[in-house]
Amino acid sequence: MSQLFSGVGVSAGRVIGPVRRMPEPIAAPADGAPLPAGASIESESARLAEATAAVAAGLKARAASATGDAAAVLKATALMASDRTLLKSATKLVASGTCAESAIWEAADAVATQLGALGGYMAERATDVLDVRARIVAHLRGTPAPGIPDSDEPFVLCAVDLAPADTATLDPARVLGLVTSDGGPQSHTAIIARSLGLPAIVAARDTTSLVDGDLIFIDGIDGTVVRDPGTEESALAESYASREALPGFDGSGALADGHLVPLLANVGSGADAVAAAAAGAQGVGLLRTEFCFLGRDIEPSHQEQVAAYAAVFDAFDEAKVVVRTLDAGADKPLPFLTDDTEPNPALGVRGYRTDSAVPGVLARQLDAIAEAAAGSGAEVWTMAPMISTPAEAAAFAALCTAAGLKVPGVMVEVPSAALLARALTSEVAFASIGTNDLTQYTMAADRQLGALAELNDPWQPAVLHLVKATCDGGAAARGGFRPVGVCGEAAADPALAVVLVGLGVTTLSMNRRALPAVAAILKTVDLPLARRLAEIALDADSAEAARAAVRTALPELDLYGL
Amino acid sequence: MAERIATIASRVGLHARPAAIFAEAAGDQPLEVTIALENEPAEDALDASSILSLMGLGAAHGTKVVLRAEGEGAEAVLETLAGILETDHDAT
Repeated sequence: MSQLFSGVGVSAGRVIGPVRRMPEPIAAPADGAPLPAGASIESESARLAEATAAVAAGLKARAASATGDAAAVLKATALMASDRTLLKSATKLVASGTCAESAIWEAADAVATQLGALGGYMAERATDVLDVRARIVAHLRGTPAPGIPDSDEPFVLCAVDLAPADTATLDPARVLGLVTSDGGPQSHTAIIARSLGLPAIVAARDTTSLVDGDLIFIDGIDGTVVRDPGTEESALAESYASREALPGFDGSGALADGHLVPLLANVGSGADAVAAAAAGAQGVGLLRTEFCFLGRDIEPSHQEQVAAYAAVFDAFDEAKVVVRTLDAGADKPLPFLTDDTEPNPALGVRGYRTDSAVPGVLARQLDAIAEAAAGSGAEVWTMAPMISTPAEAAAFAALCTAAGLKVPGVMVEVPSAALLARALTSEVAFASIGTNDLTQYTMAADRQLGALAELNDPWQPAVLHLVKATCDGGAAARGGFRPVGVCGEAAADPALAVVLVGLGVTTLSMNRRALPAVAAILKTVDLPLARRLAEIALDADSAEAARAAVRTALPELDLYGL
Repeated sequence: MAERIATIASRVGLHARPAAIFAEAAGDQPLEVTIALENEPAEDALDASSILSLMGLGAAHGTKVVLRAEGEGAEAVLETLAGILETDHDAT
């Protein structure tokens, strides 16, 4: 008997496969729990030593099969697991009559607290110590280690939610799709699924009842999960498997009537930029400069910044590269810019706002961008994140001019910026809408919260109205038309891309893997149809209704399994 | 007891990667080696082969630390290990 679960589809695709659950986080053992019945201090110490050695060996083996940074991290983690000082202090607790689980828990806690107190980079390593501790306790209990399960046959990974650390080791050859009971359309799970091209469903609350070995069908388009699928689901999965292959992106985004919609890529490094250029991207619509420097305690030097930006510009000779200045704060802290004690970081001193808290960093970054731009053939545009008022836009434009950067722009993520788009864009040369943040701020719904997944959907008509307001404002700006692009996740959804163009968006910037799908669907509509679909979406009462109505008018989505 | 003072060369201090390289090398030595911040009493010195103790020192770039070992060949062992601390492992 089939059983149906519903969630929010965040990455297209229909597959059938067996469930493997992400192991539950390890529950803390009781404080100072006594030795288990029948155990002696000697046997319990030996059990603890065996567990630390086994975990260290496992991590070492994984380090051997990994490369680069991942290998270095795994090796350091293996050394933590076999650390003599940690084992010594845990063994001391065992000698005082504490069981191995509680002893290692308490001993590692002391180390993590000490590292946390050092702040900055070392504080982040405290997480590694806690991860090692969880692995040792899992080994002692004989339960699965935390992390992506091992399996020889491909599986659908089911979890409560996935963190960046979980997905770092996710192998798309073994994972058929992702299902989470928590998380939202802008969650890390959704972003990773789209970038790997895996079907994914988030916020499917009742899927916590799925267990290892259950056979399920997942539909990343309408967000359904079916346990024990029948012939109907098999047919859908087969038709997805035999979907028409997407033509590669030919490097020229346009509608059926020839209306040009340049398709750009979002990148975070020179290597990303090279890959994006190879995928046909017509430029970079979003260079996330903070990704060049995440985890850094101190401001990168001028030369280091010039080199990082030049690596991106060099991949796009004569093409446009939009550089976003450091977007520190909230989920991307940079210790030299952000205050991590803010009670509400999403509404705190982040993005452009850090310039008044820590003056100088932005001006120095603009100087580095200008120097890198001068030495390259790329057409460099520069924009600031989290602009809320026309005065901020004007101040940023003045900083750009002072640095010799000719094309200043602003990101529109805050509803106030969308509502005052005419005044705002009059101060600068262009605007780019960050739909992830614009959605979270419009709907007052934290991007990370699964419970708010339905609100946190860029198809929400209220968000689309603000996109339209931004485009209308740019078109009416003093001194003439200002182009408005989109560089959020919304641009990577082919159906929503059509709506955005219909609303007046001039360029779309996305993960390079989304380029072929977006290009293929844009080619099937002309501008009048895109505008009609935009009207329909604006008039819808809900995100679901908007999505459903627009998808019905785009039959090629099914042809390509999108 | 042989002693050797070394200055941390890694740009962001003795964090996970340089600490891993050093801890592994210290563990490979035939002698027990301890590490302490300069000016800290010798009895507070920590096991140099413990990555967690190394990280817990909070030694930043330019911090001076004291390595100590006892026994045959201690001088040579400390020289080798000091060389690792005095290399900038973040430069690669």
